[in-house]
Amino acid sequence: MTEPLPLVEMTGISIEFPGVKALDDVDFRLLPGEIHALMGENGAGKSTLIKALTGVYRIDAGAILVNGEERQLHGTADAQQAGISTVYQEVNLAPNLSIGENVMLGHEVRGPFGVNWRATHRAATEALARLGLEGLDTRKPLSTLSIAMQQLVAISRAMAIKAKVLILDEPTSSLDANEVEGLFRVMRTLRDQGVAILFVSHFLDQIYAISDRLTVLRNGRYEGEYLTRELDRHALISKMIGKDLDALTSLGGNRARGDRDRETQQPLLSARGIARRGALEPTDLDVFPGEVVGFAGLLGAGRTELARLLYGADRAERGEVRLKGERIDVKSPASALAAHLAYSTENRRDEGIIGELTVRENMILAVQAKRGWARPLSKKEQEEIVQRYISALGVRPADPERQIKNLSGGNQQKVLLGRWLATEPELLILDEPTRGIDVGAKAEIQEAVAQLAEDGVSVVFISSELEEVVRLSERIVVLKDHQKIGELVNGPDVTAERVVDVIASHGVADAAAASEAAAGAAPAASDPTTPKEQS
Amino acid sequence: MSRPAPVAVLAELIRKPWFWGLVAIAVLLALNMVKDPNYLAISVNPANGHLVGNLVDILRAAAPILMISIGMALVIATGGIDLSVGSLMAVSGAVAMEFLESAGDSSSLVVALGAIGLALLVSAVLGAVNGILVAYVGLQPFIATLVLMLAGRGLAKVITGGQNTAAASDPFKWVVNGFVVGLPVVFLFATLIVVIVALVVRRSALGLMIEAIGINPKASRMAGIRPPGLLLTVYILSGVLAGIAGIFAVGSVMTVDVSKTGYQLEMDAILAVVIGGTSLAGGKFSIGGAFVGGMLIATLDKTVLFLGVSSSATPAFKAIVIVVLCLLQSQRVRSWFSRRTAPPTRLATAVTDDARKEGALA
Repeated sequence: MTEPLPLVEMTGISIEFPGVKALDDVDFRLLPGEIHALMGENGAGKSTLIKALTGVYRIDAGAILVNGEERQLHGTADAQQAGISTVYQEVNLAPNLSIGENVMLGHEVRGPFGVNWRATHRAATEALARLGLEGLDTRKPLSTLSIAMQQLVAISRAMAIKAKVLILDEPTSSLDANEVEGLFRVMRTLRDQGVAILFVSHFLDQIYAISDRLTVLRNGRYEGEYLTRELDRHALISKMIGKDLDALTSLGGNRARGDRDRETQQPLLSARGIARRGALEPTDLDVFPGEVVGFAGLLGAGRTELARLLYGADRAERGEVRLKGERIDVKSPASALAAHLAYSTENRRDEGIIGELTVRENMILAVQAKRGWARPLSKKEQEEIVQRYISALGVRPADPERQIKNLSGGNQQKVLLGRWLATEPELLILDEPTRGIDVGAKAEIQEAVAQLAEDGVSVVFISSELEEVVRLSERIVVLKDHQKIGELVNGPDVTAERVVDVIASHGVADAAAASEAAAGAAPAASDPTTPKEQS
Repeated sequence: MSRPAPVAVLAELIRKPWFWGLVAIAVLLALNMVKDPNYLAISVNPANGHLVGNLVDILRAAAPILMISIGMALVIATGGIDLSVGSLMAVSGAVAMEFLESAGDSSSLVVALGAIGLALLVSAVLGAVNGILVAYVGLQPFIATLVLMLAGRGLAKVITGGQNTAAASDPFKWVVNGFVVGLPVVFLFATLIVVIVALVVRRSALGLMIEAIGINPKASRMAGIRPPGLLLTVYILSGVLAGIAGIFAVGSVMTVDVSKTGYQLEMDAILAVVIGGTSLAGGKFSIGGAFVGGMLIATLDKTVLFLGVSSSATPAFKAIVIVVLCLLQSQRVRSWFSRRTAPPTRLATAVTDDARKEGALA
């Protein structure tokens, strides 16, 4: 089979930032009608390469050929002109505009009297329908959609431009399994129409499920291009991290400890019946000292909501929280930090990093806030904190004076982890700490969690990746539909499948109970569903 | 080998956002010298040892603008704006003058201090009203402070009963018109206050937290900062500084003009802050930049008077100077400029421009 002419060919690409060579002589090509995965660790240069291709960064050396012609891309408009469309890692849309306006922004249908809104919304509806999103009212504001749905809108926005090259940078990081499958269907359709798709994901399963070909980058250098079916997982990971995988797989095993007696030991934190309307039904939770408690459940099941109530990011309307037996009132994040609780958000960009501040300032911020503004940390104290966590967590580049927004996602996450660790928490809540980051950084963060528990810190670990939850947690709290539906003490017999069973069977039991109730025309009040008993 | 050092210092200086403010001041002074070569001359008045000259006048005129400019810099850094400072100047001036007039003792230091204290207290309370509306009620800063911008001037008129109250108080007058070691007291006070504010903000963690709130309020709250308290503090500070500015403004003539004192000075303060390189979007701020910006505004005002620009053309003249300055500061305009002068190194300059931008922000 002869290979068709590449739609995009990048040769010898180098990009230098002050003090760093972000890309060094990288080759990359995209063939029409293929899904091409770009692989590499955080900071390997994936995002930089994508930004070179989309005209965000100018290249210092090398050439970009689109359709065989050399192109100078000075900005995203040039790239779109060349038929290259992008969906970025984090949703980049205008939440206060309507869904339709977001999809069609800059491509509104024009009539004799300016924008023809009716036609524009119709076009938007069609674009959304191609993604299987027929039910959306395009006139509603985007902010009424969940993050996952907004992501899909972002993708249909990119497609509305009739792109020949579609770049999907971590599109699946906030989608659940069904939505991912829906997206993949659309990607396959587009591929069959001859669109070249550049796909970035940290989920290896997804890479193997969808991609035809992959290019591996490491430390800003080109590592190689392979057919996905000819490269197995171990080989791929070794190429990405440049060392053997065994070092990573040695971590883990179930962290169950047979010796903990939950009947007699006093929990570090114990919540009873905490609830907030629209976010969480009354829920009980105990966390013991040095224990890793995993929250499992689908997106929107109430994992984040529970964590936010514990941290005071949202106020609990009911229930009480005790810390070492003492009742505490967590009114705000500030009071939670004072009680030695810390919470690392799932929404790194909006609620985590302070983009224009440096790594150092971001890292010391929580400690400084805890001390109050009148008692500043001395240069030496700041230096100590920053050096300690930069080296302990392996932040790259190890430059405390760099603005955090210029770091890759995984390294931003490490800086934030450092911020919380510096407050010396007794309970650290990590909400999706490994989302959107690569295998290497993921392993480092998992290792840090295990080490924390060793040191006696309690950790609540929230992740959409059940394997990760099962591997790290001593106990798993399962949530569904804003309720806690069960708890599993980890052990050899606990697997991701078993957790899925708990989630799935709960729904079935519920539905069965409901249909029974309907069939018997029993009064609703006499229908004791499992979750209500929890409260 | 000793030569690169001054070059590096100069390069560093050019990167400062307020560098062009300094250049503009120099240009304006040069312009004045064209009309009168002796413009910069400073002489000593043999009768009392005071320095006399146009520069001294500029320093005196700058004092009120400097006060509201640094207050504005802090408010803008939190992502807000304080439109009420001009009106608060009138309120503060009105309170001070009414107090002095009713006390009637023109030589008493206690009375003068009482007038100042009461004026600042009222300013602080009004600043707190702004702060509460912004931080706790959650109004947009523009709207919240617009309330007092409009109501403040009315309040000043109520305080004086609609009159332009005049009063006599020697100690009070000294604060504004007096001289110490030949320099105007009012400028020394203003500089002292700027230095104190700068030290408090930068030596404590206040500056860091203000910037954090201005850049990302949600993330700041999650990091344990309590934005409402901090915002309230900043708006109170801005109110007090406006109160001081009001005292400076009325002290020179010992009369409060309720419709003119501080009129539209909030715009001058915002300009001074922008000239100093603080983005209206909030975040990184520069007290030194606001100082330079305030000095430039004062120089500009004096220049307009000195050159005899007709009063109807004054706003246009001011606007031209400011537009030119803002263009000089614009990254985009500068990169066009450097591209045109040095086409072969286009890529290199684009990159260093980015670096410079980062440097400027940092």
